[in-house]
Amino acid sequence: MSTAERSWPLWEVFTQGKDGEPHQHAGSVHATDAEHALQNARDVYARRNEAVHLWVVPSAAITASTPEDMGPFFDPANDKAYRHPQFYKVPKGVKVF
Amino acid sequence: MRASHPALAPALLRIADDRLILGHRTSEWCGHAPILEEDIALANIALDLIGQATLVLQHAGAVERAGRNEDALAFFRDATDFRNALLCELPRGDFGVTIVRHFFHGLYSVLQWDALARSTDQTLAGIAAKALKESRYHVRHAGEWVIRLGDGTEESHRRAQEAVDALWPYTGELFMQPADEADLVAAGTTADVSLLAGPWRAQVDDVLRRATLRAPSDPWMQRGGRDGRHTEHLGHLLAEMQIVARSHPGAQW
Amino acid sequence: MTTMPPVADDSARIAAFEARIAADESIEPKDWMPERYRAQLIRMMSQHAHSEVVGMLPEGNWITRAPSLRRKMILLAKVQDEGGHGLYIYCGTETLGVDRQDLVQQLLDGKAKYSSIFNYPTLSWADMGAIGWLVDGAAIVNQTMLAKASYGPYARAMVRICKEENFHKKQGYEIMATLARGTPAQKAMAQESLNRWWWPSLMMFGPHDKDSSNSDELMRWGIKRKSNDELRQRFINLTVAQVKAIDLTVPDPDLKYNEATGNWETGPIDWDEFWRVVKGNGPCNGERIDARRRAHAEGRWVRDAAVAFAEKQQRDNRETTERQQTWTRLGDGATA
Repeated sequence: MSTAERSWPLWEVFTQGKDGEPHQHAGSVHATDAEHALQNARDVYARRNEAVHLWVVPSAAITASTPEDMGPFFDPANDKAYRHPQFYKVPKGVKVF
Repeated sequence: MRASHPALAPALLRIADDRLILGHRTSEWCGHAPILEEDIALANIALDLIGQATLVLQHAGAVERAGRNEDALAFFRDATDFRNALLCELPRGDFGVTIVRHFFHGLYSVLQWDALARSTDQTLAGIAAKALKESRYHVRHAGEWVIRLGDGTEESHRRAQEAVDALWPYTGELFMQPADEADLVAAGTTADVSLLAGPWRAQVDDVLRRATLRAPSDPWMQRGGRDGRHTEHLGHLLAEMQIVARSHPGAQW
Repeated sequence: MTTMPPVADDSARIAAFEARIAADESIEPKDWMPERYRAQLIRMMSQHAHSEVVGMLPEGNWITRAPSLRRKMILLAKVQDEGGHGLYIYCGTETLGVDRQDLVQQLLDGKAKYSSIFNYPTLSWADMGAIGWLVDGAAIVNQTMLAKASYGPYARAMVRICKEENFHKKQGYEIMATLARGTPAQKAMAQESLNRWWWPSLMMFGPHDKDSSNSDELMRWGIKRKSNDELRQRFINLTVAQVKAIDLTVPDPDLKYNEATGNWETGPIDWDEFWRVVKGNGPCNGERIDARRRAHAEGRWVRDAAVAFAEKQQRDNRETTERQQTWTRLGDGATA
C-alpha cells in the first residue's frame, strides 16, 4: 500500500418515513460525493421500507450547539408558559374551543 | 386452466435464468466488496435479482404443469437445461467486471421489463412492473460506478475499459430473438428483444462517453446460452449452487 | 475534539460525569467524558463493529450453497444486515473522534479483537441454523442490554440493530427445527452442528465475572448493565428449552436443572479453548483476517477511483442533476 488511506467523507442521513412526516436522523454513511451518499443512504437505511424520502448532508456542514450552550440556549424557554395553550382559561360552559 | 403455448415455459426460463445466475454471481461479493457500503448495495441487487428469478420460475413451473416448483427448476436442472445469456454466468471478476456487467445487463433488463409490463400475460406483466423499478435502480447504481471508474484514476480507467472489452462480445446475445418465441411475440406475451438493441446501444454510448470509455468496434458476438450451450463456468456455478439440495432429494429446508 | 476550556479540578468533573451516569442520562459525543470512558467505548464499539464485519464471512460461506431460493434470500439478507450493523457501529464510534479507516486498519493489522465465535468454521448447512439461533441468540441477549448503554450513539445504533436482528435468530431456529424433523440425515446434520456450536456460543459472553478485567469499569459507567455470568445464564435458560422443543440434545452430560434457582446449570466451560482462540489460535483466525485483507487490498483501486472522480467533479464544478434525471427516465417508453 503506497500512501496512507483516509476514509471517504462522512455524511449524515435523514429519512422521511411517510409522506408528510418530518425527516429524522437515521445514521451516517461514507461517500465521496452527493449522488453516492444518496445511493449508500438508500441501500443502508432504507432496506426495510423505512423511507419515502432521503436527505444526505456532509457531516462537516453541520453546526451544532455545544453542551455548554445547554443552559443559556434552552433554559430561558422554561418560564414562558404563555406560549402554551394550557396557560389560558376558558370560561366554564364552553366545552369545545 | 387453458393449456399455454408450448414455447411459454422456455421463454420464461430465459427471463428467470438470467436473473438467477446473475443474482448468484452477485451474491458471491457478500463480505468481500471494496467498501462496506458497497457490500450492502451489491447484496440488495443480488436479492432483487434472485427475487425476480423466484417469481418468474414459479410462473414457469405453473405454466409448464410438470409439477416442478421454483426450487426444482433452480436446483434440479442441469447446465444444458439453463437458458440464461452467457453474460450472466461469467465469473464475477474484479469490481470493474461486476459493475460493467450490471450496467450492460441492467439496462437490457429495464428495457425488457418495460416491454413485459405490457404483456398480455397478466402474471408476467405484474412481475415485470415490480422488477422494472428494481432494475432502474440497478442501472443507476452501476451506471454511476461506470462513470467513476472510467473517469477516476488511470488504473480504474484501464480496468473499466478491460471489463468493457471483455464483456462486450457477450452483449449481442441479449438481443438475439429466439425463433420459437414468434407466436408469443405476435400475441403480445413476450417482448421481441431484437427491438431493444437500438435504445440499449444509445444509452450505453451515452454513459460510456461520460465515463471516457469506448465500445469495441469488433461486431463478432458470442451466443449459445439461450439454447443451453454454455461456457464452462456455468457447470461449476451450478455444482456449488445445487450441492446441498441435490444431496438430499425430496428434503424440506 | 472537546472545545471546553481546561478546568482545574478534574475529579469534580469526573464526579459530575458519574452523577449523570447514575441518573441514567445519555452521554452525547460533544459532552465532556473521562478519557478512559472514551477509550473504553472506542475499544468496545470498534470490537463490536469488527465482529459484525468478520461475522459476515462464516455465513457468507454458504450463501452460494443455500438449498432453496427462499433460504438463499434469507441468508443473503441476514449477512447483509451484519454488514449494515458493522457500518452503524463504526459510524457510532466515529462520533468519538476516530476515523473508520484507522479502525479497519487495526483489524487488518491483527491489532484489534473481534468476537472469537467467528473463528470457527461453518461445515454444514445446519451451521446456518446454529449460528442464527445460538450465535445471534447470544448476541441479542448482549445487545438488548447495550441498547440501554450510557453513550447515546451506541445505544441508538443498538436499538436499530436489535429491531433488525429480530428475524436473525428466528430464521436460524426455523432452519434447525426443519432439519430436526426432516430426514434422518438432516436431523443428524442438525445435532452435529449443535454439538459444535453449543460451547463456543456460551463462551461468547466472555470469561466468568471474576476473570473479566474490563467488566467493573464498563458497568460503573453504564456501558454494560449486566455481568457476563448473568447474561450467559439468561441465555442458557432460554436455549435449553428451545433445544428440547425440537427434540435435539444439549451436548453436555452434566447439564441439570436447579429447582432452587430456576437455572439450568452446565458442566465446566473449556476456558483454555476460549483463550487459545482469543489469542489467535482458533481454527479460522488466519483465514478470516486474510479474507478481510484481500477484500480491502483488492478494493483500494475502487475507493481511489471514487476519490479521484469526486475531486475532478469539484474542480470542474460539474453538476449531477442531469445524470439523476437520465436514470429516473430510463426505459420510459423506449420500446412503446
